[in-house]
Amino acid sequence: MIDPGKAVKMSSAEQPSPVASPGKLIGGVIFGLAFGFLLQKGGVGKYHVLLGQLLLQDWTVVKIMMTAVVVGMVGIFVLHHFAKVNLHIKPTKLGPNIIGGLLFGAGFALMGYCPGTGAAALGQGSWDALFGMVGLVAGSWLYAELSGPLKKTVEKWGDLGKLTLAEVLHVPRGVLVAIMAVLLTAVLVALERFFPR
Amino acid sequence: MSRATSIAFAVLTLLPITIFGSEGAIDARDYPGPAWSPYLVGAGIGVLSWLTFYFSDKPIGASSFYAQVAGFIGKLFSKRHTESLPYFKENPPRIGWELVFVIATIAGGFIAAWTGGEFENVWLNPMWTARFGGSIALRAVVAAGGGVLMAFGARLAGGCTSGHGISGTMQLNVASWIAVVCFFIGGIAVALPLFFL
Repeated sequence: MIDPGKAVKMSSAEQPSPVASPGKLIGGVIFGLAFGFLLQKGGVGKYHVLLGQLLLQDWTVVKIMMTAVVVGMVGIFVLHHFAKVNLHIKPTKLGPNIIGGLLFGAGFALMGYCPGTGAAALGQGSWDALFGMVGLVAGSWLYAELSGPLKKTVEKWGDLGKLTLAEVLHVPRGVLVAIMAVLLTAVLVALERFFPR
Repeated sequence: MSRATSIAFAVLTLLPITIFGSEGAIDARDYPGPAWSPYLVGAGIGVLSWLTFYFSDKPIGASSFYAQVAGFIGKLFSKRHTESLPYFKENPPRIGWELVFVIATIAGGFIAAWTGGEFENVWLNPMWTARFGGSIALRAVVAAGGGVLMAFGARLAGGCTSGHGISGTMQLNVASWIAVVCFFIGGIAVALPLFFL
């Protein structure tokens, strides 16, 4: 069997040149166009659809996310199994994941768009997304400004390294992908039954 | 389940139920829903992640775009200071995949809205106005403040609704599942009082 860890030529460790290769950039443009197109068609460029989810009224956001996860998860697993793609696992750090996650959520409710859907909202002509995007740039700067002290404190709390659910549950990755696909699909079916929108 | 978890769970489930009983409350579903089925859009985003993994060796993500922009702006004011910050040492601002991806997301949102007759061209959306009135300044302050919180949270947590919420969860990344649950807890905890208190 091919070793999925080694077989992909395009290593993620690329040279940090100031401008990425044309191929990479063209890919970014095409996929970004598709992403923005899908987000807008899915209604998640709309303030009331996003806030509707946080108010537990409109379940469009969760339906889109879960469907994307099921479809993406199965495909990425198969591609990785046949050594066609690299995985991009981010390290698990309980402190920053939880604190950062809660802050993100609070900010999400106030801005009404998230970083990706905000971009789609701007394209859709919802100009209030611009204010939020200015805030996103400022907030990123604030983080960078504090990144030194943060790395020495919060970001050390609960550092478990790169970790997947398969490792935590001691289940083979393929089995877990199958279980999760069934489970998430069942949740989607139930969601559709109780929340048609 | 510990007592604290049970109480937290009960509050989170009962709070919305008691609130939704109130007369005249804002309902996000009174406003137009998505153009396409969330399952179609979700599946599309899932397939799109196969493509970004395969062709670009990148997971879909949006939040690092704002950090890159912050870095470029920072370099305009003080190149030395910007380059001295630990975050920008590890992630130097560059014209890369993430940057063009989000710019293209804006364009994709525009194409979808324009072709679908949903181009808004408005500074305020109806659900916001129904709750907070017609002041653009108020919306600007809240959206920008939310953006600051959200970007700071995303950098701390290591990703946003796209990077963690979709790309990370589909790889069964533990950090991402924790982060996405916290996104929603934080978001719901702020959105409910924002609209119903």
